[in-house]
Amino acid sequence: MTAPVLDVRGLRKFFEIWRGFPRRVVGTVRAVDDVSFTILEGETLGLVGESGCGKTTTARCILRAMAPSGGEILFRTAAGGVVDLAPLSRKALRPLRPQIQMIFQDPFGSLNPRMTIFDNVAEPLLVNGMRARRARLERVAALLELTGLRPESMHRFPHAFSGGQRQRIGIARALATEPRLVVADEPVSALDVSVRAQVLNLLLELRRRLGLTMLFVAHDLSVVKHICDRVAVMYVGQLVEQAPAAALFARPRHPYTAALIRAVPIPDPRAPSGDVALAGEVANPAHPPSGCYFHPRCPFVVERCRAEAPALRQVDGHAVRCHRAEELSLAGAGQGIAS
Amino acid sequence: MPDVPAAPAAPTAEERVSVASNWTLVWWRFRKHRLAVASALVLLGLYAVVLCPDFFSTQDPEATDARLAFIPVQRVRLFDGWSPRPWVPGIIGKRNTITLRMEWRLDETRKVPVHLFASGYPYRLLGLVPLRVHLLGAAPGAGAGVHLLGTDRLGRDQWSRLAHGTQTSMTIGLTAVTLSVVFGVLLGGISGYVGGLPDLIIQRVIELLQSLPTIPIWLALTAALPRDWSPLRVFFAITVILSLVGWTTLGREVRGRFLSLREEDYVLAAELAGASRRRIIVRHMVPNFLSHIIATSTLAIPAMIINETALSFLGLGIRPPAISWGVLLQEAQNIQTLALAPWLLVPGLVVIVSVLAFNLVGDGLRDAADPYGD
Amino acid sequence: MEPVLSVRDLRVHFVLDEGLVRAVDGVSFDVAPGQVVGIVGESGCGKSVTMKAILQIVEPPGRVVGGRMLFRGDGAEAVDLARLDPRGAAMRAIRGAEIALIPQEPMAAFSPVHTVGDQVVEALRLHQRKWRPTGPALSSADARQMTVELFRDVGISMPGERVDAYAWQLSGGLRQRAMIAMALSCRPRLLIADEPTTAIDVTTQAQVLNLLRELQRRRGTAIVFITHDLGVIAQMAHHVVVMYLGRVMEQGPVDDIFHSPKHPYTRALLRSIPSLLAPAQSPLPTIAGSIPHPLGRPPGCAFHPRCPELIAGVCDRQAPALKVVEGEQSAACFLYHRDEAEP
Repeated sequence: MTAPVLDVRGLRKFFEIWRGFPRRVVGTVRAVDDVSFTILEGETLGLVGESGCGKTTTARCILRAMAPSGGEILFRTAAGGVVDLAPLSRKALRPLRPQIQMIFQDPFGSLNPRMTIFDNVAEPLLVNGMRARRARLERVAALLELTGLRPESMHRFPHAFSGGQRQRIGIARALATEPRLVVADEPVSALDVSVRAQVLNLLLELRRRLGLTMLFVAHDLSVVKHICDRVAVMYVGQLVEQAPAAALFARPRHPYTAALIRAVPIPDPRAPSGDVALAGEVANPAHPPSGCYFHPRCPFVVERCRAEAPALRQVDGHAVRCHRAEELSLAGAGQGIAS
Repeated sequence: MPDVPAAPAAPTAEERVSVASNWTLVWWRFRKHRLAVASALVLLGLYAVVLCPDFFSTQDPEATDARLAFIPVQRVRLFDGWSPRPWVPGIIGKRNTITLRMEWRLDETRKVPVHLFASGYPYRLLGLVPLRVHLLGAAPGAGAGVHLLGTDRLGRDQWSRLAHGTQTSMTIGLTAVTLSVVFGVLLGGISGYVGGLPDLIIQRVIELLQSLPTIPIWLALTAALPRDWSPLRVFFAITVILSLVGWTTLGREVRGRFLSLREEDYVLAAELAGASRRRIIVRHMVPNFLSHIIATSTLAIPAMIINETALSFLGLGIRPPAISWGVLLQEAQNIQTLALAPWLLVPGLVVIVSVLAFNLVGDGLRDAADPYGD
Repeated sequence: MEPVLSVRDLRVHFVLDEGLVRAVDGVSFDVAPGQVVGIVGESGCGKSVTMKAILQIVEPPGRVVGGRMLFRGDGAEAVDLARLDPRGAAMRAIRGAEIALIPQEPMAAFSPVHTVGDQVVEALRLHQRKWRPTGPALSSADARQMTVELFRDVGISMPGERVDAYAWQLSGGLRQRAMIAMALSCRPRLLIADEPTTAIDVTTQAQVLNLLRELQRRRGTAIVFITHDLGVIAQMAHHVVVMYLGRVMEQGPVDDIFHSPKHPYTRALLRSIPSLLAPAQSPLPTIAGSIPHPLGRPPGCAFHPRCPELIAGVCDRQAPALKVVEGEQSAACFLYHRDEAEP
């Protein structure tokens, strides 16, 4: 059995709201509220949800771009030991940095416009001790070829490249230090439709060749289904369902997951989708509803859902946060309305 | 292992744009503003004078001769009849029987020939190389000196004094702004990037300095300078004083830019790669607003020049025998003098031209160095 | 029935320092009354510029340089929008009243210093003579009441209070609904929706699309729906126009386009999108190359450098015209009109 590269337990990140004069804390935004999941070696976990669900905050906590408010982030380093990233100081994190890298969403903001492609991609190498310029030149050339770009382009500046090409450069930079874990934050959302396929294929190919372990954050379910082995769904800071991708899409266990799947417009005029839309608005993370956060919008709500917050439990291979997970028979992708 | 490729030979226009660094792009955009380019040439000319004012002078700027007071402007004519022989009209003096002062006027009939690269009074180029050659001078044996901008009440040649004054004033402007930039970027950068307590302290200091009334503070500080200091020391002291308050605006701007740059993805990427804070500031953030800072600084120089001119004019900045535009303008303080010798106001004209030129160049630079991307 | 909008050979050019960009290069399509026409394409295809041209809000250095846009409003008299002065009274009377816009970013489209109710009332009062030709001028109380009704119609909860809210106080979904309310306030014959759901969540998108479908059915408004999302097009449009680099590559009924696409670009595009129904983890068929820079437009057919079915010597020399292939479906491709190409 492969060991998990990442084991997140009870991750929490709260933001305090300061108001008034003198400044007082008047509320808390529970951006990430008790999130737990693991990612095995060579696996890709998709983290999906809508705006405000906390997926980006979760990703940033794992990367330690910000310090979490609580919980553990157990990371298996290249040396084999397991380290909890959550309480580490900036200094202590520094030697671990090359092992966790990120692919950004915006291809136009993720590269330093004043530096050449070579400088951009070689930055992680230079910062982590590869002083010899020759060595860096060779490695950057290899990385650019790996991501489908011509090595000569390393002398150009980012403004000479299209969005898809810049995203490839971003991927090359993320792979420069041979990281154990790659966090991809919506890597194809900002790209054109025809370019998306190219970059997705590239990621699939790289996964195959390099055995990458990835955390794939996205809001586009079709993309997530295409590339992820397992999927975790978040709603207002909480994990509501987690399962292998095929199982999740074929037979979701949480009403929110089913609603999300149903809401995705399928590119086929004959397929039924989007006909029964979910009512209401996404809950406010600063003032979440009582009990189950989803209950005001849930078509299957009962009294218990208003009063009692459900715990995350295992139902038929899925981790689900719903009181009625066993009894509901929800429709998956491409099917009609649930019963 | 793949061969390391060399930079491409860059033939096509698209190729040139793709390998063009930011500075090249800025230059290309700047070139399109003809007014800015013309102003830049004017400034280059002025700074050529700054480098070696003696070369451009015709007389020793400090040589006084009360007999030669208030000589009018001797304009250079390029052609003597049809032949290209530059000359200036001679001067005729007549003693005013009432005031007993010599009064000079131009005599167009007498032609004093003027030579380029003539020999004149000795000086040291950049303080090192002893030379005697000047750009313009009276032909040897002409008997009289050449006063391209007349003389003042002590008989000092204004053209030469203007050249030396240009050196002082322009240097103060540039130095004061450079110091401001250094302070501003350093403190503003710390404030913006580190945040927290240092940010709080620095911002309060900025607010304190900005709330002080500048003119009285300057007057007080410069009046506090010991009278026996050499002109050079006074020069440096004035520069430092001017930059002490000037850095605050820049500091605030730099802080703002840092705050926004901190959110950029590529800065986060550098942090995730393990780059130190210093490296991030120097390598990633500063280059991204440097062109903007340069444009802003260029626009700050005219303010410094005017401030120095004002201080010196009031007698509180550069003092005679040192020469600056403000000192020169002191001579043009009263109506009587002006009525007699209106050419003493020319330094004011030069101030206007230089300030305009800096403003136009700064505007052009700011438009060319679009801080929101290429 | 006469089409509400009939665009014929529209051309919009941008004169830049670097050269001439033919943003829209001979686009023709019709919008029948009550029909939803989806214009789909990627960046640089000219769909947004087409929308701006219809409303005559193309910004300089762009200019409508050719073609006709015949619009039949309630007056039944066709007017060529291309001939109207963009700032003239005739065009202003049409904008908002006869042709309304739902923009992509509702936050940017609302003024931050006026309440959303005020902005809808402004539209109502401006065009009151269109939907209320006789009678006294609209009072502010009546206008406000109408706005509350409109908000209720578009599904905004607590409309009486939301009328006094500012745009930045509302969530994304509510803002977009308010935008729809404003667009529909003067009962336009044609609604142009420019990527209205790109900036909102997928569950909210489902709500907004349902709302648009419902309103369109009830009021018989024709909609021109611009998007890059093929899923949304499949769910919303009756008729689809596929654009690439300023030209129409293919158009036809939505079912034909999705189930029997004729143009190689349409085919490749449909194959390359990941779908919830497709098998996962297998590489997606991609379109080779990337979208050319608008200044580097390929000669002949704009798609030819990336086309898997290129006919050498023909496609790279001449641009194919849009011609009927089958039924109501037309494509601009020499595969179907080989005899049109000059040797």
